[in-house]
Amino acid sequence: MFDLAGYGPQLLSGTVTTIELSLLSLLVSFLLGLLGATAKLSKNRIFKSVATIYTTIIRGVPDLVLMLLIFYSLQIWVNDVTDWLNSLQSTYSFGLQLDPFTSGTITLGFIYGAYFTETFRGAFLAVPKGQLEAARAFGMRPGLVFRRVLFPQMMRHALPGLGNNWQVILKATALVSIIGLSDVIKAAQAAGEATYRSFFFICLAGAVYLVLTIISNGVLMLLERKYAIGVRRAVL
Amino acid sequence: MIDIIKQYGLAYLCWDGYHISGVAMTLWLLVLSCGMGFCLALPLAIARNARSAVIRFPVWLFTFIFRGTPLYVQLLLIYSGLYQLNFVHQHVLLNDFFRQALNCTVLSFLLNTGAYTTEIFAGAIRETSHGEVDAALAMGMSRVTMYRRIIIPSALRRALPVYSNEVILMLHATTLAFTATVPDLLKVANDAYSATYDPFDAFTLAALLYLCISFVLIFAFRRAERHFLAYLNP
Repeated sequence: MFDLAGYGPQLLSGTVTTIELSLLSLLVSFLLGLLGATAKLSKNRIFKSVATIYTTIIRGVPDLVLMLLIFYSLQIWVNDVTDWLNSLQSTYSFGLQLDPFTSGTITLGFIYGAYFTETFRGAFLAVPKGQLEAARAFGMRPGLVFRRVLFPQMMRHALPGLGNNWQVILKATALVSIIGLSDVIKAAQAAGEATYRSFFFICLAGAVYLVLTIISNGVLMLLERKYAIGVRRAVL
Repeated sequence: MIDIIKQYGLAYLCWDGYHISGVAMTLWLLVLSCGMGFCLALPLAIARNARSAVIRFPVWLFTFIFRGTPLYVQLLLIYSGLYQLNFVHQHVLLNDFFRQALNCTVLSFLLNTGAYTTEIFAGAIRETSHGEVDAALAMGMSRVTMYRRIIIPSALRRALPVYSNEVILMLHATTLAFTATVPDLLKVANDAYSATYDPFDAFTLAALLYLCISFVLIFAFRRAERHFLAYLNP
């Protein structure tokens, strides 16, 4: 019954690709989200409206559409830029080929950055203003205020939303196999078609995702406990 | 952009010459899967809060599995996995059902959205204030009447904001239908791209249409919230 028909290594490397892709996209979207939330809360009108347009459009358009749009167009734009650079000088020839992994990371990061922006915006607002004023009064620079006061407290409020976003990103990586990334689903499909046992192999791919979900649930619980240190909870 | 609209405009909206396609197909998928998902979720949400663990556990398992795996995997499993099983292949009715891409797509969509909706409704039922239940019991209502008159109406109202989110996400998820050759909006865009080699215009047009549908849905749900949750802001 549990016969991988020699496809074990492919499935394993596909799983590793899936994990790498989701962790990298998480990193990109996390940073974009911090940037977007800062822009949304800033007093500058232009930053604010750019961030608002970004979150509105991204959250209104399906991720698969954006993924195809970015994956196919990005390469054309990159080619245009390198052609232009090459036309300026002739000593060095630029060239850049975007593989599915890179464009998948960029796209997923770009899409989920919009969701993180909303998560972080709410979390930033949840930190009492007096704390930031006190930190400024101590003479801390804005960077230090962010690192020592705002970020650690903001994380506690952001964690539930962050956990949700992470679960969504993990499942969204499945879409990247549609644009040709050899992740765990691609490996399962290949194995299933070769052995006429698609049902078994796709179930296996699903099981991999289930295990990853269970593991990340555990990690999130630990993180929540860490960031809740020193907070008194109401006893019901 | 103009050329694509001239050539594929009708296909983007409703008719590709052979089938219903584009926006019409996407909306049809959305209505089918959300409608049937809703009907599936309501009894399951009640079962999810049942006292006996024998009823609660299978529902928990169902929502756990369908919320823990990507919809794409579920679609693949139903679309290409099930058809390779012998008993599906040999059974006349099952064979007819699973041979059609649209059936497989709608089945996987409705199971997926059903799982999420079950958790949404179950959460809303759990939050029913105990006073309402006490009052209903004091009035001598049977359990069925209590669910029908008190618990479900108020739970559905409370679930509306979260449920509207789920419907929007389901709209986004219907794009997966194109991997199963169902001619939805994204499939038309993909065809236009393969014919013209102009990815930006072809997919941007689709993105704009999806954006419009999203906005209409958000607007409609906001109206519905104002209507059904009017008692919250007097």
